[in-house]
Amino acid sequence: MFARAVWLILRKDLTVEVRSGEIAYTTLFFAVSCILMFSFALVREGRGPEDGAAGLLWIAIVFAGTLALGRTFERERQSETLRALLMAPAARPAVYVGKLLGIVALLAGVEIVLVPLVALLFQARGMLDHPFWLAAILVSGTIGFASVGTLFAAMLIRARSRDVLLPVLLYPVIVPVMIAGVRGTAALLQPAVDTAILQFWLALTVTFDVVFVTLALWTFEPVMTD
Amino acid sequence: MPKWFMPAAAVCGVMFAVSPLIIANAPYEATMGLVQKIFYYHMPSAWMFLTAAIVCGVASVRFLATGNLRSDRTAWAAAELAVLFGLLTLVTGPLWARKSWGVWWVWDARVTSTLVGWMIAWAYLILRRYGGPGSEKLAAGLALFGAANVPFIYISVNYWRTIHPPTTVVPTLVVDMGFPLMWCVATFLLLFIVLMKLRVRIEEQRARLDAIHLALDA
Repeated sequence: MFARAVWLILRKDLTVEVRSGEIAYTTLFFAVSCILMFSFALVREGRGPEDGAAGLLWIAIVFAGTLALGRTFERERQSETLRALLMAPAARPAVYVGKLLGIVALLAGVEIVLVPLVALLFQARGMLDHPFWLAAILVSGTIGFASVGTLFAAMLIRARSRDVLLPVLLYPVIVPVMIAGVRGTAALLQPAVDTAILQFWLALTVTFDVVFVTLALWTFEPVMTD
Repeated sequence: MPKWFMPAAAVCGVMFAVSPLIIANAPYEATMGLVQKIFYYHMPSAWMFLTAAIVCGVASVRFLATGNLRSDRTAWAAAELAVLFGLLTLVTGPLWARKSWGVWWVWDARVTSTLVGWMIAWAYLILRRYGGPGSEKLAAGLALFGAANVPFIYISVNYWRTIHPPTTVVPTLVVDMGFPLMWCVATFLLLFIVLMKLRVRIEEQRARLDAIHLALDA
């Protein structure tokens, strides 16, 4: 029942996205322009800042993710479908998980484009040499970011000045995940990759994922009730 | 105001006035000398900062679970106190670090997570101020994540390699240093309670005033 509700919400979001492409294209374009801005500002004589690629990749993901989160819920608000979604005979946590998976899927798509771009522009080929480690760190970090982001974006839907408030509330909370994600990705760029360090940062992001998703599942019900 | 409030405020004032004398009489720490004395204000403010974050988180959980407005006011007051004591911690910390570590700021786990916790308290207040109607529930959700940060701050010095002294320092202090520390902790705790009571009281009076206004309009 729960899984079915999650699947229906996820499928609804993906269908809307496949038909309009609105959030996917705007988010992707925004993320790519972020990376280009970084490279105009930071790359000198073909060389980016030492160790900077990991940080820039994550900043672009977080900025683009913030945009996508705002739009996903703004769309529900504009078409008055949020009320319908909340009135549907599905558990509230299922609505949350469905939305979360939608955002994670979208950001994963953005990351597939961003990673080669960053690797190319910032001479960070090391990222592509260990695709499984990179994927694990990106996925767990993205889940950590999106789990809090989905909750906050949903909460803020009825608040005044929500566009500004989303990053104001979200960024301090996700700093630990961001640090772990950046450090884990930076570890991949070292000449000799130290698996112990990678495991440590990956374990940290997974820990935060568990804490954040648990808290968000519990909080979603009371904060979304009028 | 309850009967205990004025005496408590007076005792707190006297304890603050006396604390410099007690700190001055404490022995000098062997390697850091005079500058170590900032510790007697730094650590109590850090403890009160963490206490405020926990109080805010627990009150927010209560508010989310029961809808009790009293818990909501407590959470709001605690968030303001977290900003205040966080500021004291983050000002005294670098002053001490400049002399003992040689730098103003280090991005180690504890310093970073304290700053992050402080920013979450600010975000809470910004949300309450500009979020419009209904923001109290959203703020409660945020406070929950802020409180989840607390154990992370506390254990961070013990688990991560860091230059910040570990928490095990406190029980091993010599009596001459332990007494001034406990004196300052008691002073800051009293200040915390007095300010908290005052702040909750202001909100209660404001709510009563609003209720009276509504009753007059009806």
